[in-house]
Amino acid sequence: MKTATEIDIQTEGEMPREHYLNVKTGVKAWLLTTDHKRIGILYLWTILVFFLIASVAAAMMRIELLTPQGDFVTNETYNKLFTIHGVLMVWFFLIPSIPAVLGNFVIPMMIGARDVAFPKLNLLSWYIFVAGGALTLWAIIHGGVDTGWTFYTPYSTTYANSHVITMAAGVFVAGFSSIITGLNFMTTIHKMRAPGLTWFRLPLFIWSMYATSVILVLATPVLAITLAVMCVERIWGVGIFDPKLGGDPILFQHMFWFYSHPAVYIMILPGMGVVSELITCFSRKRIFGYGFVAAASMAIAVLGFLVWGHHMFVSSQSVYAGMVFSILSFLVAIPSAIKVFNWTATLHKGSIHFTTPMLYALGFIGLFTIGGMTGLFLATLAVDVHVHDSYFVIAHFHYIMVGGMVMAFMGGLHYWWPKITGRLYPEFAGKLAAMITFAGFNLTFFPQFILGYLGMPRRYHAYPPEFQMFNVLSTAGASILGIGYLLPLIYFLWSLKFGRVAGPNPWRATGLEWQTPSPPPKHNFEEKTPVVTEKPYSYSAEEDADLNLASI
Amino acid sequence: MPILTWPVSEESALVHEQFDDIGQQREAAKLGMWIFLATEVLFFGGLFLSYTVYRFAYGHVFVEASRKLDVVIGGANTAVLLISSLLMAFAVRASKLDQRRMLTGLLLGTALLGCVFMSLKGVEYHKDYVDHLVPRLGFKWEGADPGNAELFYWIYFAMTGLHAIHVTVGIGILLVLALLAWRKTFSNGNHNTVEIAGLYWHFVDIVWCFLFPLLYLVGHR
Repeated sequence: MKTATEIDIQTEGEMPREHYLNVKTGVKAWLLTTDHKRIGILYLWTILVFFLIASVAAAMMRIELLTPQGDFVTNETYNKLFTIHGVLMVWFFLIPSIPAVLGNFVIPMMIGARDVAFPKLNLLSWYIFVAGGALTLWAIIHGGVDTGWTFYTPYSTTYANSHVITMAAGVFVAGFSSIITGLNFMTTIHKMRAPGLTWFRLPLFIWSMYATSVILVLATPVLAITLAVMCVERIWGVGIFDPKLGGDPILFQHMFWFYSHPAVYIMILPGMGVVSELITCFSRKRIFGYGFVAAASMAIAVLGFLVWGHHMFVSSQSVYAGMVFSILSFLVAIPSAIKVFNWTATLHKGSIHFTTPMLYALGFIGLFTIGGMTGLFLATLAVDVHVHDSYFVIAHFHYIMVGGMVMAFMGGLHYWWPKITGRLYPEFAGKLAAMITFAGFNLTFFPQFILGYLGMPRRYHAYPPEFQMFNVLSTAGASILGIGYLLPLIYFLWSLKFGRVAGPNPWRATGLEWQTPSPPPKHNFEEKTPVVTEKPYSYSAEEDADLNLASI
Repeated sequence: MPILTWPVSEESALVHEQFDDIGQQREAAKLGMWIFLATEVLFFGGLFLSYTVYRFAYGHVFVEASRKLDVVIGGANTAVLLISSLLMAFAVRASKLDQRRMLTGLLLGTALLGCVFMSLKGVEYHKDYVDHLVPRLGFKWEGADPGNAELFYWIYFAMTGLHAIHVTVGIGILLVLALLAWRKTFSNGNHNTVEIAGLYWHFVDIVWCFLFPLLYLVGHR
């Protein structure tokens, strides 16, 4: 079904003759590439593998929870399943998802650079990531780990009868890939912006990736040393976390959450950046309150380092410390709310195009709001005592990480897919998948809020029969969610060969990445680096009155 | 290694393809090293935190345990590292002034002092072993709270051990740089690598400047 407007959008009907994908082919060229775009794609394939494994673990857990009895897997297997799911999803899917895939691909282009500052280190980070992943998979294949992704002591150091050391070593190694990626992005954003691209002309995705990088660089080493000490303690009985020698297991929790709470913001800030790009492009408006949205990213990154104690309200932490952490956690709601309000204000009187990326972005706003608000319940000391370690917590962070980050990742992947591959995905299938994902997600996780509030604890393979209805709903939702993720996999692969040629700027979007052919040449811009003369998101609904993106 | 065959005659040939000019490349590399050092501070930070927590909890035992460490060797090592940092600073200056022989000598001197540090550390570790201060390897404690004392020595070995790994890496870097300097790699304004390695070496030195008083001097009167 071709319309007149569609032909307008489709000005360049042919792929560029030479681009980054065909400049050098073969396995060796890919494995030795220093091109940030290719490294982004290497990361994409790698995290896809981990995502699939971790999804299978999740599916098995949901099948087990269909019935109140533990009849599908044993409790030990169940413990191993949620550890696999947690470890792989957090460290091998979510943390690298937007930064290492989309960030790698678009950051240099967005700021008008030929590559990141340290391309060889960038490739090294991928190899380190693969090595860490291999260690983790080795631990899984040889029997798994049953500590949960948090590796709490003294269980992990003294009692757990599983491959704790190997898996922690895998996470330790993968951490250095995070550090290198963050270091690379910070340096690139500081030193390699195009002429005229001042800090306050940067796209908001860059701001959010900068904030993410600060966390990656400053928090990850703390996890590294914590896991290293934990491993040493498990091997030699060091005593730093062992009460027998006067050590303190709670110290592990402090150090673990000093990383892992900021890491939660590694798993949402990049998504916020993507959404800022999508909302402006598909409502054809400048972002409302640019400075506030940018500053909110930095505020979240900074505040994120001061709230780790809210994971430990019931871990014998001083009640005064608990109160301080509670108040500080509430403060994070301010920059988060600023972002949500500013996105909504951007939509106001915008010329909204309900394309696939936009559906994901709108889904993000709704789900992130629910996830964020329930976070305030959990930050409230008294309420947390009631819902701590229950399904309420599970539902809360899945609303942020899956409803937020994964939705944003999918939205961003659809948005930049034409740039990455030069071809468009089928729009109808895209919208369908976005809506199935949204519906399936809510059906999976909303019942878990109720379950948690009613008192169902997390990490159990069996439960009292009165919880069955909500668990059945949740499992049903998970199967729908699975379809929502499978569809894009199929049509993305299909579009590689059969998708329509996109041209340089199918969305008529602003931003330097759209001023170069799709797929871009090896050094991103054909001639000289572009010069920036205006603020980002200079969209105008009047100029784009003829634009009919929904018909693509 | 291609780095050994870099053309050294023209400045433009030194600029990697992703950079516009040598100035941008220099600044980026320097910033990258500073960010890496920030990471390192947090990496050591976990152990400093453990030290702080347990020194508050078991201050008395920590003071007792600290007295058994050899403050003379520790003090000598502090001097050795500080002098090595001075040589490193001279090396950076020599690289900027294109003094090849001077640069090579200073880098080798810095590396040599690093080796002296490691040797003294080895002697000290051996002495600790003989004195039954190594946890799990014949550890003996006559005073009160042997568990807490053992904890002190665990932290002592973890911190100085992690520091020693960093010194070893630094010595390796300095030796490679000395070789490259001899082959004129750093002439004609290509001195950035030396400066960045210098930042790293000074960092290793500074970490020791915190370790020495925390571990050796807390019990000293």
